Amino acid sequence: MDPAPIWPDESLARVPFVAYTDAGIYARELERIFYGPHWCYVGLAAEVPNAGDFKRTFVGERQVVMVRDAGDTIRVVENRCAHRGMQFCQANFGNTPDFRCPYHQWNYDLQGNLTGVPYRRGIKKQGGMPPDFKLEEHGLNKLQVAVHNGVVFASFDPAVPAFADYLGAEVLKYFERVFPDPAAGRTITLLGYSRQRIPGNWKLMQENIKDPYHPGLLHVFFVTFGLWRPDQQSHMITDAQHRHACMISQRNNAAAGEATQGVSTFRENLKLQDDRILDVVTEPWWNGPTVCMTTIFPTLVIQQQVNSLSTRHIIPRGPGTFDFVWTHFGYSDDDADMQRRRLRQANLFGPAGYVSADDGEVIECVQRGAAPHDSEGTFNAMDGYGIGGADHMVTESLIRGMYDYWRRVMDI
Amino acid sequence: MEGLTSDVRIAIADLNAEYGSCLDERRFDAWPELFTNDCVYKLQPRENHDRGLPLATMAFESKGMLRDRIYAVTQTLFHIPYTTRHVIGWPRVWIEDDGVIGAEANYAVVRVRENELPELFSAGRYRDRIVREDGRLRFRERLCIFDSALIANSIIYPI
Repeated sequence: MDPAPIWPDESLARVPFVAYTDAGIYARELERIFYGPHWCYVGLAAEVPNAGDFKRTFVGERQVVMVRDAGDTIRVVENRCAHRGMQFCQANFGNTPDFRCPYHQWNYDLQGNLTGVPYRRGIKKQGGMPPDFKLEEHGLNKLQVAVHNGVVFASFDPAVPAFADYLGAEVLKYFERVFPDPAAGRTITLLGYSRQRIPGNWKLMQENIKDPYHPGLLHVFFVTFGLWRPDQQSHMITDAQHRHACMISQRNNAAAGEATQGVSTFRENLKLQDDRILDVVTEPWWNGPTVCMTTIFPTLVIQQQVNSLSTRHIIPRGPGTFDFVWTHFGYSDDDADMQRRRLRQANLFGPAGYVSADDGEVIECVQRGAAPHDSEGTFNAMDGYGIGGADHMVTESLIRGMYDYWRRVMDI
Repeated sequence: MEGLTSDVRIAIADLNAEYGSCLDERRFDAWPELFTNDCVYKLQPRENHDRGLPLATMAFESKGMLRDRIYAVTQTLFHIPYTTRHVIGWPRVWIEDDGVIGAEANYAVVRVRENELPELFSAGRYRDRIVREDGRLRFRERLCIFDSALIANSIIYPI
């Protein structure tokens, strides 16, 4: 379909449901957003600590391999042999001296350069590649790579801006709060993975983490244990183009009040029998906020929720599905108690988490609600119709801001 | 396998049958009672387990935490309602170095949502340490290692 006329009016509050369901719109998103001048998350440098270590993942729907080469530089190449297009890498993680396609043994170095083609000169002067064949013209598809304080992003588009400019100064500040300069000593340690396949459009997860309105309502544990309540001091910030955002807040021990009145999910008398999953210890690098949820458009969520830390990778799989891959981590200076604390608090997050399993469920329900309704849309008018940051939680301005950018890049 | 009578093997199979029944028949409050007070229950993708990565999908360290889970998922956590059907294989059993009974059984869990066909939801193995307490076998530790790291959206009830 021609997506141009789908937006119902000038208001950013109404997102037409077809934005979540239409295959033509999704194809344009892949082209302009995931394969366009945007930085897509691929992983943490700590996942490939040694030369030859690789991780297989996705940029958009295209499979890529992140690898640390012999010179200690992280490269990202498409997992597609230059010969027949075969996906030569068939493991999510491993270590290899080079890439060899099993089909005809075309061989590539870890930078993606083609280094060998069997029978290139033929056998007994018969066959072989034509004389104009040059190895250097047939390497793997090499992506642009940005490694910022141990976090690796890639882009298929050579026109992608510098990473710091892409984030903007304010979002970058919060990015570097969780991912500090490794030269300062605190580096990332890997705790493990959770993987979900969520039957919803990928933008619904970007919206979820740009939506400070829902956590104190949907998530009983947040409101009941004071981890996220709309009467807390909070800041919603976004970059100049409204692609990325940070939702920042500070836990308090406020009693029941305006924020909990009439909230059916608030359980004032809920007491855990074993509350070690809420054994929160303040860390010096917090400098105040107990929670900072960052979205880096289009593929990444960075979670600091008290002592629990993760990256969450959004991998689109068609208009109605995305994979959501959580990588939990800690820091090199964590002692055993801190690591145990991060792992205990991980019960709050992930596919079974007390405050996130329900996010996946509501996204599935929204997708189901959207599917049969081509000509209708959402109504995200909390805090008016404007875009930009806010110093409170009762707003949907970050969602509207993302669609302001989305409409521009999509010509919709 | 030496030192384990048929009675013990049958008792472990019975424990597994009761375990599946508690979850499938939604007798959720009975589920924590199959564990010791200082129990461990972990649900972990094989990916993390095989690589020695400590993150688990659920990680509980006491009967209190199991009861908290049951309260949370039955009283607080929004989800699309579903029921399960556990199919648990015959256990492999042995005596661990410290005298505790070790056991391992394969499982498959089917998820059924209203208006949907049944789906194979999780498959993997239980790795157990089992003790006798007040004359009945109890899990001191149940590690549930699921084969496919990718989860069909979310896991609400224990596996």
